[in-house]
Amino acid sequence: MSTQWFTLRNSSPVPTESIPHIPFADFRQDVVRAPGRNRRVIALFGRPAGAAIQLFGVLASDRDGILEAASTIVEGNSFPSMTPECPQVHLFERELAEQWGLVPDGHPWCKPVRFHRAYRPVPDAWGRPDSEPLVVGVADFYRVEGDEIHEVAVGPIHAGVIEPGHFRFQCHGEHVFHLEISLGYQHRGIERTLGDGPSKRTIHHMETLAGDTTVGHTSAYCQALEGLAQCRPSARALALRGVALELERLANHTGDLGALAGDIGYLPTASFCGRLRGDFLNMTALLCGSRFGRGLIRPGGVGFDVDPARISQLRERLESTYKDVQGAAKLLWQTGSVQARFEDVGKVSSETAQELGLVGPAARACGLRRDVRTHHPTGIFQFVHIPISTLHTGDVFARAFLRWLEIERSVVFLRNQLQELPAGPARVPCPALRPDHFCVSLVEGWRGELCHVAVTNPQGRLATYKVIDASFHNWAGLAMALRDQQVSDFPICNKSFNLSYCGHDL
Amino acid sequence: MLKILVERWRQGHRTSRFPKEAPVLPDRFRGLPIIDASRCPDGCRACAEACPTDASTVDSAGPKVDLGRCLFCTDCVQACPTGAISHSPEYRLAANTREALVVRSGDPIPVHALEQRLLRLFGRSLKLRQVSAGGCNGCESDVNVLATLVFDLGRFGIQVVASPRHADGLLVTGPVTENMKLALQKAYDALTPPKIVIAVGACAISGGPFLDHPEVHNGVSSTVPVDLFIPGCPPHPYTILDGLLRLVGQLEARPSPSAQSTQP
Repeated sequence: MSTQWFTLRNSSPVPTESIPHIPFADFRQDVVRAPGRNRRVIALFGRPAGAAIQLFGVLASDRDGILEAASTIVEGNSFPSMTPECPQVHLFERELAEQWGLVPDGHPWCKPVRFHRAYRPVPDAWGRPDSEPLVVGVADFYRVEGDEIHEVAVGPIHAGVIEPGHFRFQCHGEHVFHLEISLGYQHRGIERTLGDGPSKRTIHHMETLAGDTTVGHTSAYCQALEGLAQCRPSARALALRGVALELERLANHTGDLGALAGDIGYLPTASFCGRLRGDFLNMTALLCGSRFGRGLIRPGGVGFDVDPARISQLRERLESTYKDVQGAAKLLWQTGSVQARFEDVGKVSSETAQELGLVGPAARACGLRRDVRTHHPTGIFQFVHIPISTLHTGDVFARAFLRWLEIERSVVFLRNQLQELPAGPARVPCPALRPDHFCVSLVEGWRGELCHVAVTNPQGRLATYKVIDASFHNWAGLAMALRDQQVSDFPICNKSFNLSYCGHDL
Repeated sequence: MLKILVERWRQGHRTSRFPKEAPVLPDRFRGLPIIDASRCPDGCRACAEACPTDASTVDSAGPKVDLGRCLFCTDCVQACPTGAISHSPEYRLAANTREALVVRSGDPIPVHALEQRLLRLFGRSLKLRQVSAGGCNGCESDVNVLATLVFDLGRFGIQVVASPRHADGLLVTGPVTENMKLALQKAYDALTPPKIVIAVGACAISGGPFLDHPEVHNGVSSTVPVDLFIPGCPPHPYTILDGLLRLVGQLEARPSPSAQSTQP
C-alpha cells in the first residue's frame, strides 16, 4: 500500500534516494488505487536506468495538502497497463510508450502523443519502421461504422489565428458520436534539451513552454530551482509573482469570455473583452515591459521591482479595467439568448472529470474542488487565501461563469496586494542546486495545475526535468464534452476549455 | 438591447489613432537595442556569452545584434560590465531581408514596400492566412489582437482569412517544427500567385529559443521564401502593424511616429 510512498510537499525537495524504490507490482497497485484514496496522479514519467527504465510516480492528496512519490524499475519493453483501472494515467502511459518504447499492455487507446522517435534505441512502440519517415497524425483513429456515418476532419491548420492540432469527428448528420484529438504538431523537443541544465536557454524555454502562461510556467520552474538551491526569495518578490500570476489569469479569463461571446455571435462582449484582455496584458507590461511577462519571473525573485508611482498607476488601471470587464460580462449573464446557447452544451460529468483527472477551471466547473493555490500553496498564497469557486453543471455555461467568478476573486487579491506590498529585495542570488535531489513544483496557472518535476544529478545539474501543463490532463475532457453534441457546438466547447497545444506538445 | 447601448456609450470609442498618433508603449518596453561600442572593454565578450540564442556577437568592429534571433530579454544588458547595450523604445523593427536585421547602431531599419506590381494588387487589400508552425501562442496572441477594435486591422484593408485559397499571403509564426513543415508547405502551395510570406517573431525568423533543436527547422525561410521579417519574442502588436503597413506602402509618405512612453 502507499504507506511505502514518500510524503513531500509542493516545492520542498527531498534527496532522490529517500524516494522509495518499490517492485513494479506494488507501484502499479498503488497507482490504480490512488483515485479511490482521494489521490490524483499528477506525474508519471520514466528515465533511463542502465538498460531499464526507472518510473517515477507522484500522487497529490488535495485534502491533506501533500504529495507522495515512489519509483520502480521496468525491465524489458512493456508493462501491464494501469489505464483500464485508472483512466487518468492514459496519456502518461502513451507518453512512456513514445519516449521510451515501453508498451503498456492492455492500454485501450495507446496511440502516439507527439509523433517523434523514441529517446533510446528500442523498437518503435507502434512498429513503425526506422527506415521510413515518421508522419505526424498518422495513427489508428477510432471509427464509428454504419450507414450514413461520416467523418469530419479538421486541422492541423485551423480557420483562426490559433495553434495547430487535428480533430476528427465521427458524426451522424450534425450529431457527434465521438471526437478524437490528435496533437504533436507543435513539438519543439523542449524537455529533451533541459537535461544537464540549467543552461542559458532554460529560462527562455520555460517562458515559451506555453507563451500565454509565461508567468505560470516560469514561476513553477523558479520555485523548483529555489527549492533545490535552498534559496528564499523576499516576501516582496513572492507577492509580485502572485500579482503577475493573477494578472495572467485576468487577461486570459477575460479573453476567453470575449472569445465565447464571439463564437455565438454576441459581438458587444466579444469586442469589449478583446480590448480588455489587452488592457490586462498591458498591466503586465507596465511591470516588466512585456505583455506576456517575459523577463519578469527569475530564479531568486523577480527581474523588475516596482516603485510607488508604478503601483498607483497599476491600481488605477486595474479599477478602470475591472469596471469595464464587469459591464462586458454582465451583458452575457443578462442576455437570454446567450444563456440558452451556453447551458446544457458540452457537459462533462463530475465522475468523468474525476476519472480523467481534469484540473483547473474545467474541473472546478464540474464541482471538483482542486486548486493549487488553496491545497498546495506556495509563495504569497501561503499567506493570502483566494477562495475556490466551483459550479456543478459542467457545461459551457459553468466553464464561462466560473471564469467570471475567478476574475472577481483575482481582482480582490490584486487590490489587497497592491495596497501594501511587503518590503525586500526584488531578487536574491540563487546558489548552486543540491545534488541528487527531487523536487515537485506546482502552480495554479490560469488553465489549471502546472506541474514541474526536477531531479538533479550528482553534479547538481538537472538530470531530468518534467513539465506537465494543465492541458495534458484536460484535452481528454474536451473530447468527452463533445459526445452527443452537434458539430456546431465544437467552437464554444473548445473555447470553454481553451487548452494549450504547445503546452501539451512541448 | 438598451443595456448593450448603455454599456457601449459608457465604454466609449477605443480604437487607437495610429498611425496618425504615436502608439503609447510601456516605459519598460524593450525595443531596438542600442550599442555604444566605444564603451566596450578590449576583448570583452560578455554580451555574446550571455546571449541565449547567439543573437549578440562581437567582431573586430564591436558588438552587433541579430534582431532575427534576439528574444529582447535582458541577458546581454545585465551581463555588460559598462552598460554599452541598452534597449530603446523604438518599436519599428521589421525588415525585408534577413541581413538588414543585424544591427550595430540604433538606426531605424528601412522597410521597402512591395514592388509596384504587387503594391497595385495588395496595397489597399491584403488577405492573409495565418499558420502557426510551432509558435508558443505569444506571437499568435499578438497577431490576433490586431483584429480587436483597439488596432482594427480591417481599416487598413488587411484581414486574416480562414483559408489559403482566399489569401494573398501567409503570416507564419513559430520555428517550423518538423511536424508542421508539410502543412506549411501545403498552405503555401494552396495560395494563388503572386503571393507573399510574412515571418512574425524570433522563432519564425531564426528558430528563436529553439534554434538548432533537431525537432525544428530554424524558421520559415527553411521552407518557403519570406518577404517580411518582424522580430520580437513576441513582437509588440504595433511592431507587427507597422511592418505590415510599411510593406503595403501605406506608411511611405508618412513614417510611423516614434512611440510615447507611459510614465508611471
